[in-house]
Order: sequence, then structure tokens, then C-alpha cells
Amino acid sequence: MVKHGLTARLKRDLRINKELYLILLVPLIWYVIFKYIPMYGTLMSFQNYNMRLGISGSEWVGLENYRRFFSDPYFSRDIWNTISLSLKGIVVGFPIPIILALLINELTNKTFTKFVQTATYIPHFISMVVICGMLKVFLAKDGVISSMVSLFPGVSIKESLLNNANLFATIFIGSDIWQEAAWGSIIYVAAIAGIDQQLYEAAEIDGAGKFRQMLCVTLPCLAPTIIIMLILRVGAVFTTNNEKILLLINSLNAEKAETLSYYIYKKGITNADYSLSAAAGLFNSIINFVFVIATNFISKHVSETSLW
Amino acid sequence: MIKKSNSRKVFEVFNIVLMLFLSFIAIYPLIFVLNASFSDSNALLRNGGRPLWLPIDANIQAYKMVFSNKLLLTGYMNTIFVVVVGTILDVVLSAMCAYPLSKKGPMLNSIATKIIIFTMFFSGGLIPTYMLVKNIGLMDNIWALIIPASISTYNMIILRTGFSSIPESLTESALIDGASQIKILFKIMLPLVKPTLTVIALYYAVTRWNAWFDASIYLQRNSDRWPLQLILRQILIQNDVNTGETGVDQMQNVAESIKYATIIVATLPVVCIYPFVQKYFTKGVMIGAVKG
Repeated sequence: MVKHGLTARLKRDLRINKELYLILLVPLIWYVIFKYIPMYGTLMSFQNYNMRLGISGSEWVGLENYRRFFSDPYFSRDIWNTISLSLKGIVVGFPIPIILALLINELTNKTFTKFVQTATYIPHFISMVVICGMLKVFLAKDGVISSMVSLFPGVSIKESLLNNANLFATIFIGSDIWQEAAWGSIIYVAAIAGIDQQLYEAAEIDGAGKFRQMLCVTLPCLAPTIIIMLILRVGAVFTTNNEKILLLINSLNAEKAETLSYYIYKKGITNADYSLSAAAGLFNSIINFVFVIATNFISKHVSETSLW
Repeated sequence: MIKKSNSRKVFEVFNIVLMLFLSFIAIYPLIFVLNASFSDSNALLRNGGRPLWLPIDANIQAYKMVFSNKLLLTGYMNTIFVVVVGTILDVVLSAMCAYPLSKKGPMLNSIATKIIIFTMFFSGGLIPTYMLVKNIGLMDNIWALIIPASISTYNMIILRTGFSSIPESLTESALIDGASQIKILFKIMLPLVKPTLTVIALYYAVTRWNAWFDASIYLQRNSDRWPLQLILRQILIQNDVNTGETGVDQMQNVAESIKYATIIVATLPVVCIYPFVQKYFTKGVMIGAVKG
């Protein structure tokens, strides 16, 4: 066979696959416009951006916006709130879907399993506005949850629990677990279903009871899935669900509820300080990216499991 | 048949009770809201925070108010428009992206895939995207909700997995018969990946139905175009029941149950369809997990 040069091969490839490339071009243009142009737009964070002049006409100010961002008294508070909410969410929320999957796997009646799954997945489909609306009503002074909490001795509730900054993390994470834990267990249930049954038979012959089998067969077989899910969670420590924050925040809980993504929203949309907001946004994007790469790298070396 | 040990039996009973309890916790809030929506507002206030098992002083006053609220009705219409048009666009664009990328032959596929996957891990951020929408003239236009939020890379990858499971020989024989690739995609391939297609269409539709944030920043001055969820936010979060023609007194009386009725009206379509399509949803998670 004749060895072609790269250009010749490319030309031939373009000719043969012309139609496929033309189809691909449409979504690719969409990606360029709606994903890559905003990346170019982050240049405004190095400018004193003027909407009328655009990026080409606005005045360049170097790192001035970053200096303003890092010296903002809210900077360290909001970063801390972001990490703290994420880490608490991982510590409390991450194991629950795994435990749930293990327990669902132990159910013997198919119809009952189906019922449990159908019922517990429902919250996943409820919109964030409705979830937060319900939270607001249930946590109000005489709401259902508040009334239950006030049954504990020594507790008296004078205002909405949402106004208590110290309870914000509990409310934020608790409602997230309520909404997503069961849905999050699907992936583990699927992974368990894929485990080779012979492993269980072998364990049984070795005298392992059901509980031993769960510890020594199911969990190790789940490890790669667990690690992948953990990489994704840890990679997202600087991302909080901004929609939820926006719906739950108020002047009384802001001390604990204001996160980096809310800061970006507040500066950009509420205050129209576009350059500062873009600077904070780019900082957030870069840190997210670095975190995904880093967790993936560490996991690759420690456990030989990775995203790519 | 192996006899179950006593401790095993205890565990199984405990497990069933726990699962029943969790199922109850998952659905009770909605049952509460449903009951409250049919209750009298004053009775609700008197009831305070006690759990509801049935509506008290049952009536449909709240629903009458909800369905006579012009803003809510236009919100409903806007949402239906965004869900229908948006989902079609999402699915078509995703298919046009996933199909070529599912092929092994084209040399530029790997670089195109990298360009696309990169956007899952890095983004320009809120304000640059906002400026883009502003600059292309979509501000205060309902298409600002539809076009920029179209493709979800995650869903696109699920669909690509679906396409790559179909034997290449099928495309080849269609090509020999003189069909164009675009025709092969829409006439032959899409019907073949129908289960996967259903999964991502449902994902897209639910996301569209529940979306509100884009509308809150892009349609600030155009409340005629607001989707249902944004109007819900107005009522539930900002506590602003703008009922238009009704008098203030009556408005306050109904306010509490109106909140609950709007929740039901906005949530019911999704929750009612859900049990019938559940197998598709869970299937999607599994395909996504395999390819992740």
C-alpha cells in the first residue's frame, strides 16, 4: 500500500466523509457560539468593560478586577461557605446512595422493590422552585417541619428556620439528600446487578453469610463506580447549586448561604459590575477545572480508576 | 432450599420497614401539598403545622383562583412552547452531533470530540454568556431560553453510545442504495435508537419544564414571556400573589392554599407521566454510567 502524506490523507478523508462533517458542522457551530465565544468573553475580566464598546473597544486594566475580587471582604467568606457546604454535602450525602443501593439489593420481592424505587425517585423530578417553595412553607414559623422540631424539649421557634444562618447547611444538604439520594443510588443498583453471581456462590461455599458477602464481594466490586462518583463530587467542590442558593438565600442567612456562584451572580446581574463578576467567574472556572484534573490524577495513581 | 437464619429474618423485616418509611418520606410532602391545596386557607392557618391526612373544609377555591390568574395561564403556555420547541431542537441538534461522532472512520472525530468534551469541564461563566445573549439580540426574547441552553453534552454522549451499537453495515447498504447521510440519520438511525432517543428526549423535556434561571436573567422586562416556574418563584418565594382583578381581602384569604394549588398545577404533569416512563429514565442513568 502506498503511504500517503497527512495532507493527502486528510483530503481523502474530507472527501469521503463530507456529508458526515457537514452534519457535524451544525452542532459544532452551536458549541463554538454558545460555549467558546463566552470563553473568549472572559477577556472582559482584564478590562474596564463597557457594553457599548465591547471587548475590542474597552480599556484594558490588567489584573485590576482580580485585585478587587481577592481584596473583597466577602471573598474569603464566600469561598469558605462554598467549600464548607460542598464538603459537608459529600461527607453526609455521598455514602447514602451506596447504603441505599445495598439495602435495595437485599429486598427479595420484585414488586415491592419496584414500588420503593418509583416512590423514592419522584422528588428528583420536582422543580427546584417547587422544592424551595415547599421548604419555605414547611420551615416557616408554624410550618410542618418547624412544628415537629419544636416537639423537642427546650426548643422554641420564633421565626422561620430559614432565617437561622446556622441551620442553612443542614437545610440545604438535608433537602438535597431527600431529593437526590434515591436517584443517585440507581447507578450503584445497576453496578450491583452486573456483579458475577459466581463470586457470591464461591463466598457462600467459603462460609460467608449474607452480611459478609456484602462486605467482601459487593463493596469491592462497587469500588470503581464509587471512585468515579467520588472524583466527580470532589471535582465539583467549588460548585454549589446556585439555583437553590438563589431561591433560599435571604438577608438573615446570607452570612452562611452566600457562596462563590452567588457572588458572581450578585456582582454581575444585580450590581452590573460585569468585569468584576467575569473575573470571579473565570477564577471559579479555572479552579473547577484544576480540581477535576487533580482528583482524576490522584485517583489514577492511587486506585488505577479514572475518568479518562 | 437453605433455611434462613433468625438474624436474617430480623434484618429482612427491618429492611422492609425502613424502605416503607423512606418511600413515605419521599412522597408525603406532595400528599401534604395536595391536601392543603384543597383546604380552606383559614382552616389551614388554624391547623398550624400539624400534618394533614385529608383536606380540611375541602373546596376548590384555590384552583379557581389559579386558573383565573392570567399570568399563570400565559406562564403555562410559555412553558409548553419552550418544552415542545426546545426539546425538538435539543434532540435534533444532539442527534446531528452524536451520529457523525459515533462513526469510527472520520479522522477529525477525535479532535471534535475533545473540543466538545472540554466544554463539560470548563466554561466561560455567567456574565460572558449573558453578554453573548445580549449581543446577538436575544434579550427579552423567548428564544433566549431555547437556543443557548440547547445541547447537553451528557445527553449527547448517551445518544452517541446508542448510535455506536448499531452495525456499520446498515449505513453502508443504505449508502449503496443511494441514500444521503442526513436521510440515513433521520429515516433509518433515529428509529433504530428509539429507546435511547426517548430517554434523552425525556431528560431534555423535564429540564425544560423545570427551568427558570435563564428566564429570570434574560426576560427581566418581559413578564408576558415568563415560563411557569418563574411565576411560581414569584408566588412561592417572593410571596407575591398578583391575582390581578380580585380584591385584596379575598386574595389574602386564599393566599395560603393558592400557593399549594400552584405547586400541584406545576408539578402534576411531570409526576403523572413519570411512573409510565420510569424505566426509560433509569435506563438513561445506566447508559450514561457505562460511558461516563
